[in-house]
Amino acid sequence: MKELLIKNGLVTALLTTGLLMLASAWISARLTGKKIPMAAIAIFAGLLMAYMGGMYTHGKNGIADVGIFSGFTLMGGSMLRDFTIVATAMGATFDEMKKAGWAGFISLLLGVLVAFFAGVALALAMGYEDVRSLATIGAGACTFIVGPVTGAAVGASSEVIALSIAAGVFKSIMVTIATPWVARYIGLNNPQSAMVYGGLIGTTSGVAAGLAATDPRLVPYGAITATFYTGLGCLLCPSILYLILQQLI
Amino acid sequence: MIYGIAVLSACFLLGQLIGTWLGQWLGIDANVGGVGFAMILLILSNQWLRTRKLFTADMEGGIVFWSNLYIPVIVAMSATQNVKGAISGGWMALLAGTIPTALCVLLIPVLSRRKPNDPIEKAQA
Repeated sequence: MKELLIKNGLVTALLTTGLLMLASAWISARLTGKKIPMAAIAIFAGLLMAYMGGMYTHGKNGIADVGIFSGFTLMGGSMLRDFTIVATAMGATFDEMKKAGWAGFISLLLGVLVAFFAGVALALAMGYEDVRSLATIGAGACTFIVGPVTGAAVGASSEVIALSIAAGVFKSIMVTIATPWVARYIGLNNPQSAMVYGGLIGTTSGVAAGLAATDPRLVPYGAITATFYTGLGCLLCPSILYLILQQLI
Repeated sequence: MIYGIAVLSACFLLGQLIGTWLGQWLGIDANVGGVGFAMILLILSNQWLRTRKLFTADMEGGIVFWSNLYIPVIVAMSATQNVKGAISGGWMALLAGTIPTALCVLLIPVLSRRKPNDPIEKAQA
């Protein structure tokens, strides 16, 4: 039985996810009166599974480190994630995207700058003093990819790099959980604000999951700006922003 | 249906290729906006095929199938995150992950409240 499940890993993952979402739909309808969307509950349940997987195996890949759930690596990996995000573009139109225009571009730039310098300020407050660690933690506040890329480029210690990854993962998880709750207060209900949101927040997995939990129709708009964020962060953090930081400190 | 999936796959791979090239051209070892380019390509080919009446309901079904799988894939992705690692990163990681993000969230209404006829939109048009 166990061997069968491991051998057909992807199918096992599809079945597990289906059951998880069925249970989430039930909880959403019966226990919350549909106030909390099914997707939000399912994603939270996924995070919980990841935590349990980590506790059980001490691995880094959440539930996928548990043998019978290894299919989650493929199903939740970047290939299928990006492929399905691209497919959502079927529901998007150019006219809506044009409306975000400059606001979308400015949000990308501001998103990287604000996250980086706020991260640096926090690291300073927590007692970090060398420029390499500061830049790496600031980059980790962008995404969990920008952090290690910057850390490796400027030669930060492996503890600081690990910390920057943890910060980025935290960001992604926080965004996932918080987006449906704050959406109402920040006007996140139309394609334009979704594009601005994607640019400012930038962590593709968090943005995609957060928007899916808020309103799936917004996903393509948020994703299209967020997809440029990590690239921009990897470009700016170890170069211009690192040099600016050197001058300041 | 497979034709629709093929169109989607072609857009996806081409977008990733452009993203990788852009990354190399900028001198960074990362894919810059590959997904974004792929999405733009898909919207363009969708329009192009539609105006020539080459886009069948069957093809659309192939693409819609994958876009409907999107939330399950995100749920699976959540289940493979290093949640334990994030929590064991301690306060520094928690603060660095949340406070800068909260600041960015506060900026969203500022940037998106512009109406379509605001100067910033006109300048672009």
